[in-house]
Amino acid sequence: MDLQDAQKFVVQSIHDIRNTFQKVPGSAMLIRYIQSSYQDDPVRSAIELILVIFFVRYLLAPSYATHTGNFVTLTEEEIDELVDEWQPEPLVAPQTTFEEAEQEKLPVIVGPTGPKVKLSNGRTATNLASYNFYNFVGNEQVKEKAIQTLRTYGVGPCGPPQFYGTQDVHMKTEADIASCLGTQGCIVYAQAFSTISSVIPAFCKRGDIIVADRAVNYAIRKGLQICRSTIKYYEHNDMEDLERVLQKVVKDQAKKPLTRRFIVTEGLFETVGDCSDLPKLVELKLRYKFRLMLDETWSFGVLGRTGRGLTEAQNLDASQIDMLVGSLAGPLCAGGGFCAGSTDVVEHQRISAASYTFSAALPAMLATTASETLNMLQTNPEILMQCRENIKALRAQLDPRSDWVRCTSAPENPIMLLVLKPEVVNSRRLGTEEQERIMQECVDEALANGVLITRLKSMPVAHGSNGKDDAWKLQPALKICVTTGLSKKEIEKAGVIIRHAVTKVLTRKTSSKLALPGTS
Amino acid sequence: MPQRLPRNPFASSTSSAVAIPSADKSAHRRPSTSKGNRLAQFFSSSPKSKEQQSAQAALLSAVAAQQQHLLNNPSPQISAPSLSLPTISLSTAKAGEANMDEPPTTLFQPPSVAEAKRQAKIDAQFGPLGSQNHRYVSKHVGGELTEPVMDEPPYYYLLTTYISYLILIIFGHVRDFFGKRFKPEHYRHLQPANGYAALNSDFDNFYVRRLKLRIEDCFARPITGVPGRYITLMDRKTDDFNKHFQFTGTYTETLNMSSYNYLGFAQSEGPCADSVEESIKKYGISSTSPRADTGTSDLALEVEDRVAKFVGKPAAMVFSMGFSTNATSFPALVGKGSLIISDELNHASIRIGARLSGAMISSFKHNDMADLEKKLREVISQGQPRTHRPWKKILVVVEGLYSMEGTMCDLPGLLKLKKQYKFNLFIDEAHSIGALGPRGRGVCDYFGIDPSEIDILMGTLTKSFGANGGYVAAEKHIIDKLRGMNADTLYGESPTPPVLTQIATALKIISGDLCPGQGEERLQRIAFNSRYLRLGLKRLGFIVYGHDDSPIIPLVLYNPAKMPAFSHEMLRRKIAVVIVGYPATPLISSRARFCVSAAHNKDDMDRVLAACDEIGNVLQLKFSTGIAGGAEHLPDGVTPEMEAEWRKANGLQGVVNAPRWSLREVIANGVQDVRQPLR
Repeated sequence: MDLQDAQKFVVQSIHDIRNTFQKVPGSAMLIRYIQSSYQDDPVRSAIELILVIFFVRYLLAPSYATHTGNFVTLTEEEIDELVDEWQPEPLVAPQTTFEEAEQEKLPVIVGPTGPKVKLSNGRTATNLASYNFYNFVGNEQVKEKAIQTLRTYGVGPCGPPQFYGTQDVHMKTEADIASCLGTQGCIVYAQAFSTISSVIPAFCKRGDIIVADRAVNYAIRKGLQICRSTIKYYEHNDMEDLERVLQKVVKDQAKKPLTRRFIVTEGLFETVGDCSDLPKLVELKLRYKFRLMLDETWSFGVLGRTGRGLTEAQNLDASQIDMLVGSLAGPLCAGGGFCAGSTDVVEHQRISAASYTFSAALPAMLATTASETLNMLQTNPEILMQCRENIKALRAQLDPRSDWVRCTSAPENPIMLLVLKPEVVNSRRLGTEEQERIMQECVDEALANGVLITRLKSMPVAHGSNGKDDAWKLQPALKICVTTGLSKKEIEKAGVIIRHAVTKVLTRKTSSKLALPGTS
Repeated sequence: MPQRLPRNPFASSTSSAVAIPSADKSAHRRPSTSKGNRLAQFFSSSPKSKEQQSAQAALLSAVAAQQQHLLNNPSPQISAPSLSLPTISLSTAKAGEANMDEPPTTLFQPPSVAEAKRQAKIDAQFGPLGSQNHRYVSKHVGGELTEPVMDEPPYYYLLTTYISYLILIIFGHVRDFFGKRFKPEHYRHLQPANGYAALNSDFDNFYVRRLKLRIEDCFARPITGVPGRYITLMDRKTDDFNKHFQFTGTYTETLNMSSYNYLGFAQSEGPCADSVEESIKKYGISSTSPRADTGTSDLALEVEDRVAKFVGKPAAMVFSMGFSTNATSFPALVGKGSLIISDELNHASIRIGARLSGAMISSFKHNDMADLEKKLREVISQGQPRTHRPWKKILVVVEGLYSMEGTMCDLPGLLKLKKQYKFNLFIDEAHSIGALGPRGRGVCDYFGIDPSEIDILMGTLTKSFGANGGYVAAEKHIIDKLRGMNADTLYGESPTPPVLTQIATALKIISGDLCPGQGEERLQRIAFNSRYLRLGLKRLGFIVYGHDDSPIIPLVLYNPAKMPAFSHEMLRRKIAVVIVGYPATPLISSRARFCVSAAHNKDDMDRVLAACDEIGNVLQLKFSTGIAGGAEHLPDGVTPEMEAEWRKANGLQGVVNAPRWSLREVIANGVQDVRQPLR
């Protein structure tokens, strides 16, 4: 193409463009406006042009800064070199010897679980480590019901609740729990562990304030981490400290716009085993206008005359708790978790709680099992009494009689957490890791004598964190779970074995640090 | 020189022979209950004959009495077919014979009512295969994975979509304006009251209150029974515009295009259910303890072993929930000083897990390898923000199959980048495991790639296996470490024995250890159904997203009002579909999503096509321009090169015809055309 052609082409295209432009309605007006404004005030036209250019540039720019101030401009070669040089760390660190040993000793149950279990090494042990408090796991009536459900519903619901995953059995279980607790509504999640982690961020948003107990369990911690609210802790179960924190929040927020405020705590604490003072909590929450989220994972099905949890045990109306979270997987021997509350609270979760919306629904047979076992507790409160008898029997063998450990759990908690007495820890200057090792040895020793117990697992430390930022350190503990599947005699015998195991480990002279209390 | 391609080379010869479902809908839509009833009427005397047989066996000598019994028997209708049935005469004849142990040599045993009902129930969960032709092996054809073309409707529809939302929003605000003044009690929960801030913010709630509520009846439809080939909805009605629903007490059996029942293992009969029943009897219903305490049973270890073998990794661990598998896996793998690069369309559970881990999070454009490479070069060369120290680890997270788009991850492309940039690769196979690959082993299997090249393979057991939960599979040392680090293992409930048994049995069936041939059939049926339905929809003129072999088929609707309309029209035709709109999808591309299953057969797919065809005409959904496929196949002997040459010669390059096939042509050609590479 020579010059002339090019010229012709340019002229032609300009002509075309002009023609098209003139066809656009209002174009004549625009041209007239620009012409007249240029004649009147050339400076203004220049400013307007600059504005238009700026506007176009602003529209095309990304909505947020992609690079911070210290972005280093590099050439392609330099980038290639850096890419070649970069060596990532291995995906996981090697196992520590403690982890290895622990994994090796992990009990593997062959066949059904129950009060007596067969382990993979061929031995039979008394099982005081499962949350099988009422031995529903071996109950024929429960099994029969589950099989019936299987033959009607299959196993999995194959879809999230919002997309054809809600089965009538789920609605029945929700209604059963709600009517048992006396709340307006209830929502059933597919897993107990992730229930509270989802309930918290469903309600608590940026700018909201959460006051939580310092000893809350891992699932709550993750829920607190994922919501973007401001979090304040109060000393474990210290109602005076709670009041102090609440007062401070109210004072600090007095001039700011009103935000949602929550108190998050547990009914029976997973990491300590003790019990919240609910009347005081409700009083404080009402006085300072906070909402209360109560994690009853370990108290629902355990406390109260018919196992309705802390509210029943401490004579409160469950509807006074704004969000009451519980588990169907532990004492009820089914699966899944729930959150009970007012209709607004429940319906809000159906679309905004991540682990409800984005997860498949609970298998139908677990839902019916939960309904069934809940009904059994309601109609048969003697089961709970029997369990409490066993708790008393076991506790009598351990807590007052042992020189080494004490039980931090509430008297009605079937999960007994045994920690080393403070004088033992102090006199031997035991760090957390050493205590953990001692506890693991106690577990091994008890198992060697035919009693399967476990220990409270420490919370996994996040990668890259130095582990110092968490002010709360849970004290390593032995975890012993009582069951009605064993007679009082058997329980007492097991208690003696555990006590002796603890004594044996702590008087063993394997480590120079393990001296008798008071001698060092 | 090829002629202009005939639209339908087979139509002239076969159209008369092909059954057209749309023409005869009553034959086409087969509610199994009425089938059972019809059968029951038809063979009404047959259970009585069974009864006689048992009575006869008890009274061996009483032949005459038996005859008398037969005569006395009040049989209301001795119709011609029941008389002509050979069973009755044969059994009565046999009664006198000495050898009673031998089974009766009946020529034809009509199914009893109970039997027919049972068969109908089984068929409602898993449809019978129509023809051996209706199978296809899901496998990547080689070469680079091409991104599916995203077709677009005329601008008119995009514009009306925006206007629709605008109208909805304006109406919403107008209603709010008056509502807040005249019916303040309806807004009380959104206002601060009594010193408490509102539980939901007015602004956040606007979408739910003014947009979602209008189509609330299309979501969370309660069901009963097995979500198999058919799904039984509980009918409900509303008197207050979807605020509350009342159950009418009736049920509707619909074709299930909504559940993630990819391999059809949602069954209450058959080997899976049988072994689960055994398992409940043996193990009980719960394992009542976290894995790290006493929740580790021989059953759990067996399942982990099977899962590991199935996905082709040395070790695996299973969890009781797919969502928390992701939510707890990331904190166990990465943390501060590490970087997660995540596909922008990754699932919420991945996002939550990534946020919980404390690692930096960056994202790249969906399935765009060039964008990922650009991002990788930038982050590796820049290092951590502010400090510029090198990253400890970089974890690229993708999904095998995206549940809203129906696209697969570009695994070959990812591995090429992985070699160069040394990042770790995490693939969430929630939807792809079981659903893709000639052996159903997910994206690796589909692309023919050794699973050892991928660091972490995660997946759910909810979808293809009809169970619940999730797994993570990796090298043994990684899994060993994760067992001590993963919060779900330490504190969460372990998978229950029935669920574990369901997984184990499903895996046995897929790999052919149990009921050989059945697993293969399931895998090939879902592959066929996926391709068949997708091709059919494209040819009818719909815009569908996703790769050809993906069992997730999103049909794009655009205008928000078409979502409920489509859902209702489908429900009227007794098909259950999922509709998804903003915010789960971009604002403009509201869609209906079909999830194809191995439990479906070709008849079911034809039924969906027929329904879509009708609804598509009414709702004006046939937008496709042809660039995304749906073209007719080349005649035998014509290669794509020849076609390109011919097009070039005729000046037809880049000219595509918008496919608007008739339903008859689509069905007539579908089965043959599905076997060839789709165009």
